[in-house]
Amino acid sequence: MINPVTGLLVVPLIGAAVLAALPGYRLSSILNVVASGISLCFALTLLWQRPASGQYLLIDDLNIVFIVLNTFVGFTTSVFSASYIGHELETGHLARGYMRFYHAMYQLMMFGMNLALVANNIGLMWVAVELSTLTTVVMVGLYRTPAALEAAWKYFILGSVGIALALFGTILVYLAAQPVVGEGPDAMVWTVLAARAKEFDPSLLNIAFIFLLLGYGTKVGLVPLHAWLPDAHAEGPTPISAVLSGLLLNVALYALLRFKMLLAANPGAIAPGPLMIALGLLSLIFASFMLYRRHDIKRLFAYSSIEHMGIIVFAFGMAGPLGNFAGLLQMAMHSLTKSAIFFSVGHVAQVKGTQRITRIGGLTTSHPVLGWGLVAGVAAIAGLPPFGLFMSEFLVVSSTFARSPVLAILCVFGLLVAFSALMLRLGRVAFGQVRGPIGPVNASYVPMFAHLALVLVAGIWLPAPVVAWFQHVAKLLG
Amino acid sequence: MNGLSFDIAHMLAGMLVLVSFMMLYQVRLYSLLHALALHAFVLSTSVAWQAYSQNAPHLYVTAAIALCFKAIIIPWALRGMVYRLGLHREVETVVGVGMTMLAGMALVALSLEVMLPATSQADPVTREDIALALSVVLIGLLMMVTRRNAVSQVVGFMSLENGIILAAAGAQGMPLVVELSVAFSVLIAFIVIGIVLFRIRERFDTVDDDALDRVRQHPGMFGAEIADERWRRPGKIEAAIASDRRRKPGLVGSGGPHE
Repeated sequence: MINPVTGLLVVPLIGAAVLAALPGYRLSSILNVVASGISLCFALTLLWQRPASGQYLLIDDLNIVFIVLNTFVGFTTSVFSASYIGHELETGHLARGYMRFYHAMYQLMMFGMNLALVANNIGLMWVAVELSTLTTVVMVGLYRTPAALEAAWKYFILGSVGIALALFGTILVYLAAQPVVGEGPDAMVWTVLAARAKEFDPSLLNIAFIFLLLGYGTKVGLVPLHAWLPDAHAEGPTPISAVLSGLLLNVALYALLRFKMLLAANPGAIAPGPLMIALGLLSLIFASFMLYRRHDIKRLFAYSSIEHMGIIVFAFGMAGPLGNFAGLLQMAMHSLTKSAIFFSVGHVAQVKGTQRITRIGGLTTSHPVLGWGLVAGVAAIAGLPPFGLFMSEFLVVSSTFARSPVLAILCVFGLLVAFSALMLRLGRVAFGQVRGPIGPVNASYVPMFAHLALVLVAGIWLPAPVVAWFQHVAKLLG
Repeated sequence: MNGLSFDIAHMLAGMLVLVSFMMLYQVRLYSLLHALALHAFVLSTSVAWQAYSQNAPHLYVTAAIALCFKAIIIPWALRGMVYRLGLHREVETVVGVGMTMLAGMALVALSLEVMLPATSQADPVTREDIALALSVVLIGLLMMVTRRNAVSQVVGFMSLENGIILAAAGAQGMPLVVELSVAFSVLIAFIVIGIVLFRIRERFDTVDDDALDRVRQHPGMFGAEIADERWRRPGKIEAAIASDRRRKPGLVGSGGPHE
């Protein structure tokens, strides 16, 4: 029996090597799905058998949630990617020669993200985040249009500065740990750090956290540092937009949460909460207003991702069992819903031949399945019942109300602004007069509706084991 | 740690900060690249000294990477690129050199003020190294936001990265330093290849971020049509970009919200 953690890392690596060697996109896209599917299976086995953690790799209750979500969305996106890429090749938007590269990079990116999630060493985690940044940069620039190149370049430079600052923070964490734990590898091992965090020098930890918050916060897309995010989402291939929003932001958030736990364990350090609350609220309110004047449909949903990451960081900043629970739920629901929306938007953009909102209209009339799928997705992301995001946003707001009504009111304000902006755009795109070409769609609806069904089920009835698990993790997060 | 060893480590780290300041006042791209090579060379000496004084042989690998890759290969490649792509040879700044230098001094003061009290428990060499490394990092950031050419922004990023490697080497007994510096070198190689890979020259007149910003504001203005346009009337686009550059202050990434 292979160790599932090894499986999680080795399968994407082998996949990347094989896909880099294989010509022909049909076989490659099937193999891409297969490799992602095997990774998902390995991730699922983690639920009942947990390998012992070593010096470099770690499996605990917190990262299993992220790993399962990561591999699941990775798998469904690979299914969507197969049909999306087929269409792009037919219309000549992408050259066949790039396909080898694209699929290999997809698996390499999954490897990077899985490694970041299972890493027990803060240096290794940083290397993994860097790897996933590099691979996504290359894929954002895949179309080679001036706009795509600009987006990739901007993402590259800003992302590099972000991870450079995160590395500086990582070095400072080591320096804080070194007098307590002693020199050598142990002082970078996460489990050791977490166990002895209360003895660390608080002032060094504080400075380290500022750097980590700025560094990994750039990758999360928090507001003053978000400039790369809308461009990267709008100009890259849609499967990559789905993965960026659904997964990569979460991986960076995961890194941030790990370090937040260190600070929370140290009585002398500053409370990380207020900083995260401030950045989260700023992201939420800023992105909500930015939603109004978007003309590009993918850019619109990219801003909606910033908004949701704002809510999630806000919830984790409020902390406490309820706040963390709401944050975790919101994160899982957002990943599923946002990638479902990008699946449908990808096909919409292909049918209409444009991403401009003014040239898309009356989708529910011209393409009922796709149109109603988009309506359901947008309703879910805007936080309408009975979808899961309604529940998590309700939890965020209600748990905040008990502790700080002013913050709760600001949060509700942001949510309402975003809600009306999304509804305004949705009305134009989904209903009313049909605009744009009405050709047939060559789409695979399964990934989109699978995600939406999960979000719907979670909104109506969250299974007791999942609730118990999330409650447990929320307690761990402190 | 004896006094001499401390003094040498201190001097080398201080030299790195000085070379960072040298990079701030270069006006020619080539001389900026020479300053970058010097920066990497000083870093390499500093890391090698740390390897010797901490008795940590693996740091020699990091020093060797800094010497071969960052002091020789990258500046040489960037130089070739500037020549081949026919980029502007001047460094274009957003703020004047004097202001930038003053800001740089303020950043050094800030980093000493922040780091020295916080690291009071640490080893004195580590303490000084980290404080100076933070200065180098902040000056690198300053350079990135005050420069307009993509190449000089890359140079700013590399000096920032040198500061981080200095911090990592200065932290006593830090594991994975070699791995981290290799990972960083890969990142930098990617950035340098990226300038070529993204064929910025093929599409744009310059690798200037301002020109990149313009593309998004006027879709269809550059791109395919522009290639024909330039073919017929060389010089027109250059003039347009130059006038645009005068009008519009721009930093990398400042153009987030507008479309």
